[in-house]
Amino acid sequence: MTPTKMPSITRALALTAIAGVLSLAGCATKAPPYDYTAYRQHMPASILVLPPTSQSPDINASSSLWSHATMPLAESGYYVIPVALVAETLRENGIQTPAEAQALAPQKLQSIFGADAGLYIDVTQFGTQFLVLNSVTSVAANARLVDLKTGTQLWTGSARAQDGGSNSQGSLAVMLVTAVLKQITNTATDMGHRVAGVTSSTLLQAGQPRGLLWGARAVGHGKDTVQP
Amino acid sequence: MPVALLVRLTLMCGAAAVLAGCATQKPPLYAWGGYTSAVYSQLQGAPEGPEKQIASLEEDIEKARSKNGRLPPGLQAHLGLLYLTTGKADQAQQAWQAEKTQFPESTTFMDFLLAKFKK
Repeated sequence: MTPTKMPSITRALALTAIAGVLSLAGCATKAPPYDYTAYRQHMPASILVLPPTSQSPDINASSSLWSHATMPLAESGYYVIPVALVAETLRENGIQTPAEAQALAPQKLQSIFGADAGLYIDVTQFGTQFLVLNSVTSVAANARLVDLKTGTQLWTGSARAQDGGSNSQGSLAVMLVTAVLKQITNTATDMGHRVAGVTSSTLLQAGQPRGLLWGARAVGHGKDTVQP
Repeated sequence: MPVALLVRLTLMCGAAAVLAGCATQKPPLYAWGGYTSAVYSQLQGAPEGPEKQIASLEEDIEKARSKNGRLPPGLQAHLGLLYLTTGKADQAQQAWQAEKTQFPESTTFMDFLLAKFKK
């Protein structure tokens, strides 16, 4: 596409369309209002993040998302049960896999960890795809917030983040070198873990459309502008 | 060129809307230091050993205190686990008490951990 040869009106339309797509990618605005009734009725103060299940072959996917979950939740105003101690306690009680942990009765979890809500994460994508001239690392996950006393589902969400993509500038030689370097430094673990941090905050930071509500310890608590 | 100007304005408004809608930047509630990395490392079997993590988290606590920052939920409890693995049971209990004092929401779980010492 050579923009200089396009008539200005066509160009204007094209740019506006691109702007539209960009703003959609930035944050999905016009979704139907989310029903926060159950969430508000069982407003949690503390959250237990269960070990995430993972559909990715990468063995680090679960621990990566698990370790990244605390920061956005705490910054949203919730107390987050210390993750490493949860891992240790589950292990001591013979729970060996994330699936087993997530299958435990909510009331049982509540009695040991004392959390109001449980967060169940499923990692649907975690890894780096190597292309000829580039590599793209994507991490995607779904999450479900459940009231542990009653088992009521309070909220669900999903998010995806990626790194890499267009290397539009430079000569072919430079691009090839860049691609090779990226393949060396982009070990799936490092890149995946970095991108997982973005996925986690996109998924779990309060104050976004259809996102989590602000918890009691956050400055913005009770001032959610999300439509009822 | 009125069309070009219009386009430019549209683009600028779009960008402003995106920024206003998504990036609600507030100062962080907590002084995170290396807590997230410490958790990740612990979940992977702490290949570098507990001593290094202890030193790094103790440094985070010092830094937070000197700047009047709040420690993130879990940091002191995590440090307690590390103390326990290095045989410092007294310090472990102190750390779990400290977590409980800072975050009363942790009481049930901290008491569950502390109960192991009362037998």
